[in-house]
Amino acid sequence: MKEAMVSLGPYFVLILVGFLPNEVWRLVGLVMARGLNEESELVVWSRVVAIALLAGVIAKLILFSSGELAGVPTPVRIGAAVIAFAAFMAAKRSVFVGVLAGEVALFAGAAWYAA
Amino acid sequence: MQALSGDPKIYASSAAAFFAGARSAMTSVYVVVLIGTYIGLGALAHDVGLSSVWMMASTIIVWAGPAQLIIISAVGTGGSLIEVAIAVTLSAMRLFPMVVALLPMMRKPGTRLPEMLLPTHFTSISMWIESLRLLPYVAREHRIAYCNGLSSGYMGTAVVAGYVGYFLAAGLPPLLASILLFLTPLSFFLSTVNNARQVIEKIALVLGLILGPLLAYWQVGLDLLWTGVIGGSIAYAYGRYRRSAS
Repeated sequence: MKEAMVSLGPYFVLILVGFLPNEVWRLVGLVMARGLNEESELVVWSRVVAIALLAGVIAKLILFSSGELAGVPTPVRIGAAVIAFAAFMAAKRSVFVGVLAGEVALFAGAAWYAA
Repeated sequence: MQALSGDPKIYASSAAAFFAGARSAMTSVYVVVLIGTYIGLGALAHDVGLSSVWMMASTIIVWAGPAQLIIISAVGTGGSLIEVAIAVTLSAMRLFPMVVALLPMMRKPGTRLPEMLLPTHFTSISMWIESLRLLPYVAREHRIAYCNGLSSGYMGTAVVAGYVGYFLAAGLPPLLASILLFLTPLSFFLSTVNNARQVIEKIALVLGLILGPLLAYWQVGLDLLWTGVIGGSIAYAYGRYRRSAS
């Protein structure tokens, strides 16, 4: 990648390996969605497939983290997510309160492990 | 947060709908999430030696956090062009069912294809979750403008945060970096729970949370694609069964 960035130019590489392989799925969606309405079976199915896929992405990001987050022990990450969910429910489904509680729990857990 | 009740709102003009969308972007939890995520990505771009303009350009034309993370880290850790392109396209598959589920919500008879290009490009997890939640309360003729405003608010925030992160790079302690990285899964998790009101959506959510890590652990190829198709199809089949039984 580093050599390609120099030889091909950083913006050409961005279009080649960033824009094109990413945008193609949006355009496939655009073509597939033509002529469909909200009650179409394909649209209902796509919606639940997208939810399941998204849930899979979320669970993987929490369980198999990368970057600096991988340095936080897995039980702390899972515990923080559970606490976030509990706070979210306790605060009448407030996403903001849940995220805040989860982040505080992650901070406390990581600091405790590091000590 | 705007009150979510009553009939779909009709705006005075498309411009008014656009700005209402942008305003709702600024008051949503995703502004915090995008700022955190893109400060992290900007810092990473700095560390691997990319320019701040490249970072902003990647946010505008790629507009997908996971794909940008793959590209930027590959510059640091190596990997061939083709490997990176494959990893990006695998991470981007999620956009396909999202676009199919979203676009029919904003189309009306007579909507031309070019009008749909911008919402198509803007489709991302945060925008998708918020659009599905908010668009039912917007009159159909203003949904495209509203959605473009919402997305512009998010993208503008992300571009600025990426730029700020780029110049904060050196001073980001590891614990703060991990807190920023945790924002994305945490907020998506709670928002998806919050949006899953129908039974079939709840089933899809729970199955996805279980199947995603399980298939990845078993090293099944295209694990996320299978997670979506299997989890979603079971939920869909249950919905069909319930409809036919009642």
